[in-house]
Amino acid sequence: MEPGKPNLVVFAETLQALAQSDKEILVVTSDSRGSGKLEPFAKALPEQLVEVGIAEQNLVGISAGLAASGKKVFGVSPACFLTARGLEQIKNDVAYSDNLVKLVGISAGVSYGALGTTHHSLHDFAALQAINNIDIVVPADNFETQKVIETAVSHPKPLYIRFGKKAMPHLHQPDTPFEIGKAITLSEGADVTFIAIGETVAEAVEASQLLAQQRIAAGVISMHTLKPLDKEAVLKAALFTKALITVEEHSVYGGLGSTVASLLMDAQVYLPFKAVGFPDEYTVTGSQTEIFSHYGISPDGLAETAQQLLTGVLTA
Amino acid sequence: MSEKNVQELERKSIQYRKKILSIIKAANSGHTGGSLSAVDILNVLYNEVLNVSPDTFQDLNRDRYIQSKGHSVEVLYVVLADRGFYDEADLDTLNQYQSHFIGHPTRKVNGVEQNTGALGHGLPIAVGTALAAKKDGRSYRVFTLLGDGELEEGSNWEASMSAAHYQLDNLTVIIDYNKLQISGPVETVTGITNLKEKFTAFGYAVREVDGNSIEDLLEVFSHLPFESGKPNLILAHTTKGKGVSFIENQVNWHHHVPTDAEFSIAMEELDAAKLALGERNGTW
Repeated sequence: MEPGKPNLVVFAETLQALAQSDKEILVVTSDSRGSGKLEPFAKALPEQLVEVGIAEQNLVGISAGLAASGKKVFGVSPACFLTARGLEQIKNDVAYSDNLVKLVGISAGVSYGALGTTHHSLHDFAALQAINNIDIVVPADNFETQKVIETAVSHPKPLYIRFGKKAMPHLHQPDTPFEIGKAITLSEGADVTFIAIGETVAEAVEASQLLAQQRIAAGVISMHTLKPLDKEAVLKAALFTKALITVEEHSVYGGLGSTVASLLMDAQVYLPFKAVGFPDEYTVTGSQTEIFSHYGISPDGLAETAQQLLTGVLTA
Repeated sequence: MSEKNVQELERKSIQYRKKILSIIKAANSGHTGGSLSAVDILNVLYNEVLNVSPDTFQDLNRDRYIQSKGHSVEVLYVVLADRGFYDEADLDTLNQYQSHFIGHPTRKVNGVEQNTGALGHGLPIAVGTALAAKKDGRSYRVFTLLGDGELEEGSNWEASMSAAHYQLDNLTVIIDYNKLQISGPVETVTGITNLKEKFTAFGYAVREVDGNSIEDLLEVFSHLPFESGKPNLILAHTTKGKGVSFIENQVNWHHHVPTDAEFSIAMEELDAAKLALGERNGTW
């Protein structure tokens, strides 16, 4: 995989390029222009950046008012604060009131690493999935980030976009079709399929390469849109593979894993399944990479999970 | 504004109060005290101040009214019906199964700008709406009505800082200062005091009025903006349950529904008030 930039940087660059030619685009920040890599945006387009101070409820409410008045609003704040402090505003002022705000949760998941639980967002999928009328997109690489930001401008529903801040490898060709709600299949594998989301997709790709060396055919799907979930892609994978593993930078409760499991049960599709994510415990201290590895979200960890899941399946 | 027009508005307020009590009675639920306290404010806003009508409701340059104290939805629905946003008969469906007249303001009802009900939400949205006008060079104005108990929500103070920072003199915040909330007098619940000083310190141009006086309200709105570059705040001293003797200033009437007997007496009192208004003015 070719090394790329942090999705955060691609987000800021893409948005600035779009805002340059579309003056209706506004960015609203909560003292987060630095952490959002939006200093160049603020310098180039000062009239298109609204600073509300360290006040996430205010950020979401003001964004809703701006959107109701015809502005194309990107509300940008660390995912941990945006989706917890501002949750009632997201539920009522954005989703329920159908104000087409694009909420951007930056430095998401455990991107802040050793800064600890206050700065982690491992709850946001669960919290927002249960709210009607807001779509959730979590880009895996620079390509998906650029595409989702470009698509977001005219997306007909409120939207939550969430990504981290470490450099991500390129996973896609520039001409890959991208559509919110349509998963991208990176590879197909007859033995096991990883359905991964966000920054865990790259880990799954590496795991599939390790498994290939052991003659285990592993496929990888980038499920960049958590909601609306691409049910067809999940059910198709369940038909053509012997086991499914979901991977996410989120609690195992209420995220991709439980949503996929619920879909499979509802469709009466039964196959070996494992949801990899964060268990219900105090998160271990460390860098994002160390934390990922601790919970098995690493090439080795995911390959091992696949092997365990397939024990007895492949030989049967 | 001629004396006759003031009297017409006063007469309207009585009609609105009767209708509010009627729909609450029919729905067997509602926020009686807070709706009655805000009647005169909405009356003056929708009949004399706001540049909005059913025909211009989609107009980008219409004035916006966002009711942050969403629980007093009955007064809003009644006034919007009177202004022709929908048939008054639609109000009979309030809170009924599958009605879009929900117990808190909803955009499913023509004329309602934003879905509100959770407290502390209207002001940030109003700030965003007023800021958009400034950015676009549009002349519309934004009004929002907050309860006094609602000021306990911290988001109001976050939004106030932004309103002053962005010099939103096209924004008018009205406090329905009836001094009561569901648990008792606001002062005993949290000690919300010195509101004029607080809002002045937050950067508003503040005026105090009798929020149940049509004349005072007409007067204060005629002076907008109070000061160039500052958001406007009207501290409207009101009486919770205004207009019916046994509902006024009673904590338990926050969302009490009148019994048959209470309803009859309330109607008699309001009819008598209307009659007195006519006699005073020598008309009707």
